[in-house]
Amino acid sequence: MNFELSDEQRALQEAARGALSRHQTVAAAREALDGGERLDLWDTAREAGWPGLLIDEDRGGAGLGGLDAMLVAAECGRVLASVALLGHVPATSVLNAAGGHDDLLGRLAEGDVRAAFVPARPPGDLDPDWTVDAVQGHKRATAPLAEVDGDRATLTGTVAWVPDAPGADVLLVVGVDSGGRPIVVLVKDGAQVEAVSRYDGTRLLGHVTLDNAGGAVIDVDEDDLRAAWYLAQGLIAAESLGAVEAALEMSIAYAKERFTFGRAIGSYQAVKHALVEVLRLMENTRSLIYYAGWAFQDAPAEFPLAASAARVAGGKAFDFASRELISVHGGIGATWEHDAPLYFRRAQLSRRLLGGEGSSADRVAESLLAQARAA
Amino acid sequence: MDLNDSPEQADYRTKVREWLERSRAEAPVLRGPERIRDEDEAVRAHRGWQRRLAEAGYVGVAWPKEYGGQGLGPLEQVIVNQEINRAGLPGIIDAIGVGMLGPTVIAHGSEDQKQRYLAPMLHADEVWCQLFSEPAAGSDLAGIQSRAKREDDGSWRLSGQKVWTTNAQISAFGLLLARTDPDVPKHKGLTMFIVPMDAEGVTIRGLRQITGEAEFNEVFFDDVELAEEMVVGNIDDGWRTALTTLMFERLTIGGGSEGMGYRADRFAEALAADEAAATDPEVRQRLGALATDLIALRFSGYRMLTALERGQIPGPEAALGKVTAVRAAIEAGDLIADVLGPDALGDNEWSYLISFLPGLKSAGGTEEILRNTVGERVLGLPPEPRLDKGIPFSELRAKEREAAGAAK
Repeated sequence: MNFELSDEQRALQEAARGALSRHQTVAAAREALDGGERLDLWDTAREAGWPGLLIDEDRGGAGLGGLDAMLVAAECGRVLASVALLGHVPATSVLNAAGGHDDLLGRLAEGDVRAAFVPARPPGDLDPDWTVDAVQGHKRATAPLAEVDGDRATLTGTVAWVPDAPGADVLLVVGVDSGGRPIVVLVKDGAQVEAVSRYDGTRLLGHVTLDNAGGAVIDVDEDDLRAAWYLAQGLIAAESLGAVEAALEMSIAYAKERFTFGRAIGSYQAVKHALVEVLRLMENTRSLIYYAGWAFQDAPAEFPLAASAARVAGGKAFDFASRELISVHGGIGATWEHDAPLYFRRAQLSRRLLGGEGSSADRVAESLLAQARAA
Repeated sequence: MDLNDSPEQADYRTKVREWLERSRAEAPVLRGPERIRDEDEAVRAHRGWQRRLAEAGYVGVAWPKEYGGQGLGPLEQVIVNQEINRAGLPGIIDAIGVGMLGPTVIAHGSEDQKQRYLAPMLHADEVWCQLFSEPAAGSDLAGIQSRAKREDDGSWRLSGQKVWTTNAQISAFGLLLARTDPDVPKHKGLTMFIVPMDAEGVTIRGLRQITGEAEFNEVFFDDVELAEEMVVGNIDDGWRTALTTLMFERLTIGGGSEGMGYRADRFAEALAADEAAATDPEVRQRLGALATDLIALRFSGYRMLTALERGQIPGPEAALGKVTAVRAAIEAGDLIADVLGPDALGDNEWSYLISFLPGLKSAGGTEEILRNTVGERVLGLPPEPRLDKGIPFSELRAKEREAAGAAK
């Protein structure tokens, strides 16, 4: 039994914190909202070796696991850093699992080529299709239609709100053939990517429109493709965990130094209990991130459940923590002067990306109901 | 990360599993329609089962060998508990004694006390109960009013009332916290005693709960005589002794949610059986949310075990697991009742669950007092100003009475 981080993982965490601390990421998040340039930290990621985290060592990567990628994502989330890993890492996990593509994987591992995963949500018991986020509304769209011709295919369709798509060198797109089967296509050009920015200036998002865009078909096991969707869920959950840690630290510091009626506000139960609630939600999220990281490697059949649960817990924790961060600070917490709104904005947008939190909660229920029927 | 046993632990687990399979026929049936209905007979059979487990070395696994334990680690005890659960067999009858009170005696008791009391406790020849909480002292445990006065011959006279006492009606002894010096601040004048439950002047009365069952008791003490050697630890140093018990209580309760049966798969089974519910998006959202918390708890448990295995003592935050377990189980009961309708409130496990949880919320420390403790000790937030610091207990009581009178 060992369900804690290894020394190597702690070192990875510390190194990531150190590398990110050299940049004014939180100030940059505010400037981005004010119309300033987004602070792109891809070079920082390259120097640290993050683009190759999940690529095998003999193909130029670090050969690490899902948990390691989540730990880096948590550090990025903690300081609201804009690092294009949410798009890149799942793409590399699919290509790495597919075998071959050694030259491309080497360059992806170096970060010379940046990939973005254009994801589709795997089918579930209530929805038999591979679906993608729509530009607006509750109804999910079908994944782009793929016409396969030998080892190449062309894709037609739109995928909205794709993390890290703008500026990506290659897109790894999940489409479906006329029979609804998933087809993965590596699209190098021919896709239209409309950069969109909403509410949180640190998120690089794009609407990807494919009009007969062609590329090589990537031959990948369907389970590995499903895992990539859930890996993205795990990464976004990890970003949230890091942000909750930061929000709790800021809240505690202020609750100790701000006095009302002759005593620190952190001594009042109303404040103290709310911050313990943040701690409770945070530790629940951490346990589920560890579960997801462990399952990615050691229990792949449980990974969809684990990552979905982590996503639900992380979103809830981040929502609550960022609201408490504002409340503890009082009026100033709700102003542009303070960092709290930046965390709040991050939380609200994150919770709606990649199928949204509700979709993950449904997946948790689906897994358990399926297990119950099988039992 | 590795959820597997070490080779030694795996061997131990196999040994336990095989023993349980061989001994299955000897285990009493205490739940379900086949259960032993007669209460006395059920208690007798349950005690017999603990004795069998003890003889095989599976009770008090982490106790020192010299007192009948196995001298193994807390993880081996967890393995035993897991295997008993897995086999669907009952655990021991005196989990409170073996888990909390025995370890307190081991930590603070005299050698004579250890020799006299520990082995019969382990074998359930003598069941124990915890006599701490009182009607007017729960969260503020140091405010207890049960009073023990010293006689000239060194013996004690005890009067007062305790409450929420599980197993009092079947216990041979209780571990009791009493006030021995009211003229010093309240944490200082307390002493821990061992009380024979059959002593003259002890009255036990069952306390029915929302479930309709009486799992707790009230216990009254009317001038009960206690011999000098019944003091555990030092006189007027009972608070330190009590903290040891409370630490073991946190370990028992914080790590026990799965043992309490609040598992996501159990709730999912109830809902999967109803096709309309299983495909209803709202039901699924609610199940997804509560299951997320229960699964988190399972893996928090593994983190706690890792800490134990490394020789670290989990902090008060481990107790937050109880908050999560109770909340998620309340959500589950609510959801299942919404799905099944009034029938869920009949004579079945769901109505029992729904009725049991409001009380469990306060058991082993209310949620509010727990949040205070964690907020102060883990988050480092300042304590609330207190009106009882440094004041002799007798004076404090007088002030409280005066304030309560003024409010009338």
